[in-house]
Amino acid sequence: MDATNIAALSGNLAVIGYGLAAVGPGIGVGLVVSKTIESIARQPELAARLQVTMWLGIAFTEALALIGLATPFIFV
Amino acid sequence: MLIRLLVTALLILVFSLWASKFRNAAKAGQVVPTKFQLMGEISLNFVRNSIAHDQLGVKDGDRFLPLLATMFFTVLGMNITGIIPSLNIAGTSVIGLPLVLAVAAYVTFIYAGVRKHGLGFFKNSLFPAGVPAAFYILVTPIEFLSTFILRPVTLALRLMMNMIAGHLLLVLCFSATQFFLFNAEGVFKAFGAGTFIFGFIFTLFEILVAFLQAYVFTLLTTVYIQLALADEH
Repeated sequence: MDATNIAALSGNLAVIGYGLAAVGPGIGVGLVVSKTIESIARQPELAARLQVTMWLGIAFTEALALIGLATPFIFV
Repeated sequence: MLIRLLVTALLILVFSLWASKFRNAAKAGQVVPTKFQLMGEISLNFVRNSIAHDQLGVKDGDRFLPLLATMFFTVLGMNITGIIPSLNIAGTSVIGLPLVLAVAAYVTFIYAGVRKHGLGFFKNSLFPAGVPAAFYILVTPIEFLSTFILRPVTLALRLMMNMIAGHLLLVLCFSATQFFLFNAEGVFKAFGAGTFIFGFIFTLFEILVAFLQAYVFTLLTTVYIQLALADEH
């Protein structure tokens, strides 16, 4: 009996790579924002300062996902 | 790109109008600002108060304010063309402009550090105080990589990739609308309405991203300058 293909996948493996690269920053940004919300709930008068710090944290974390997005342009 | 020339011309026009307006108002002793003047005051004060003064303090903030304001409004103006109909691409979504701005930020924070601490700036940033001597083998390469290579690279990449990703999303939504409405059969035509609404929502989202990226770019530059100026603890 010949081996037959039941299912076939086609496409670019790099897409899965980007999906993986987005997992870490996704969790990271979630943590940053949730902690900021928690802190603002505890101390609402510090909201403005905390938000600036939050944007900084998000910017640093998000850079990883964006490096993942840039990778195919550079290495492929 | 032609769009960049257009935006630059527009920015120069608006700013020279603002400048003459401010000068006239100051000369005439006019207390109540006009609408146009108020717009300028609010936007420039935003950069001055909530970015420069908050992070750097009044003295250093005013020193670096021209650069920061230029950065903020250049990035904002170039970003916003991404959602203006018939321009439709952000000036910052090609590597040239983000690279120039990142190099400007890089040169500025190194200049600020060297001006304040002399060569001690490199010592402070490469050999942070309070680390046992043996760990410098590990710490110094990491600090070098993160401070002098990754900072400008991530500044440029963050801006460009955000704009590219936004542009791709919009293209995807609107070309899907085109496909569903004109090429698809029967009930699939209804999907066109859905993708059109998504495209519209993402356009609004892109306005937010344009402002946010301008803010983040300027804020990060400010923080790098602040870290360079900070005294050793």
